[in-house]
Amino acid sequence: MPSVKMPRKNTDTDMTPFVDIAFLILSFFIMATKFKPPEPVEITTPGSVQSQKLPENNAILVTIDSSDKVYFTVLSEKKKEIYDDIIKAINTSQNLGLSPAQMQKYRTTYMVGVPFAGVKQLLDTDTKAQESLKQPGIPVKDTLNNQLVWWIREAKAAFANAGEKLNYLIKGDGKAKYPAFEAVIAAFKKNDILKYNLVTSLDDVPSGSELDRANKAAKKTE
Amino acid sequence: MASIDTGGDGGGHKKGPGVKKAKKLSTKVDMTPMVDLGFLLITFFVFTATMSTPTTLDLNMPKDVDDPNKKTEVKQSGVLTIMLGKGDQVYYYEGQLEVSAEKNNFKQTTFKGIRDIIINKKKDVISRYNPATVDPVSCEKEKADAKKNGDPFWEKACEDIDFMVIIKPNEDATYKNTVDILDEMLICKVKRYAMVKVLEDEMKLIRATEQQNGIK
Repeated sequence: MPSVKMPRKNTDTDMTPFVDIAFLILSFFIMATKFKPPEPVEITTPGSVQSQKLPENNAILVTIDSSDKVYFTVLSEKKKEIYDDIIKAINTSQNLGLSPAQMQKYRTTYMVGVPFAGVKQLLDTDTKAQESLKQPGIPVKDTLNNQLVWWIREAKAAFANAGEKLNYLIKGDGKAKYPAFEAVIAAFKKNDILKYNLVTSLDDVPSGSELDRANKAAKKTE
Repeated sequence: MASIDTGGDGGGHKKGPGVKKAKKLSTKVDMTPMVDLGFLLITFFVFTATMSTPTTLDLNMPKDVDDPNKKTEVKQSGVLTIMLGKGDQVYYYEGQLEVSAEKNNFKQTTFKGIRDIIINKKKDVISRYNPATVDPVSCEKEKADAKKNGDPFWEKACEDIDFMVIIKPNEDATYKNTVDILDEMLICKVKRYAMVKVLEDEMKLIRATEQQNGIK
């Protein structure tokens, strides 16, 4: 029998385009990734249609977690001395008796969620250990002893002294109850701050709604 | 592909007799480990990437005023009061609260239904708009503000000048409910809204409705 020889095909495929794309995607993700700062409490923010970007520098961030605990954070990347000013002012106004080393520690403390009595202990805790520390939250619901008022007051003064513009962010968990939010607003109001930014995640504008029509009309005229 | 010249012998007699031919090494590199590593990094970055960048919702609160003369006055007919309660429930009434045997304007809905109610109320207020009764100064100011904000329908900005939404979240409402209703104000382009505390009468009605509907 005459045997038919099949032409042998090379099984090697050229992987180059595949690798090209892979590395393209890789570089995209490297560029796009922005590492989250460590957050001791997990917050699921509700959605909103407003697409305004969040000012992440020069801001006071008040966090409300799902069990209505309130935390206070100062965001200042450039001027670290603002942290010192705030803790010094809190120390004198509340007679906390903090040592200079403890006050120095405030720079690396991401968020404060303890009553004034617990600040000393919090600042004694190692920065790494603070993340896993369960903080009881700043007392706000008692209108006579709304301690958040003090934190906001001193932070406002410190930023004003440094000549920096200050944004007020409120980041609440969707499950937090309204009275906690109301108490935070009350603390801001006591300091004559009436404009806030609520941190939200982006939702789509419902099609056909008035905002949607206005947005489309604005786009056409451009 | 660029090949590496492995011939080490000096110039002159190339490939002459007796000269050993240099062994040609393959220039192909095995890419598999590199690709492996590449994909490992891709998966890492895909998992760590935070794609949803947070945005912000503006909230402006009025200053607390005790002086009754300085308080904002609103027309009864243009007011819609929305109360937020337990279990994502929404309660509302138009104008003044009236609960009696003949008339009851206290109604209940959900977040899905509230948008239509806001839209209908706004339409209703606009249909009753009468330029003669509106203060022209505040009307012009309204138009100028809308124009400055880039509103394409700024000429009509004054028509809903009497429309006002009062939001009253009670203690059982969540923060999400509050943000949702503020969002609804944005979606329906309600320019005047305020957040106020719930009155006791309203609270009683909400409690009664909750019991009736079995909302825990």
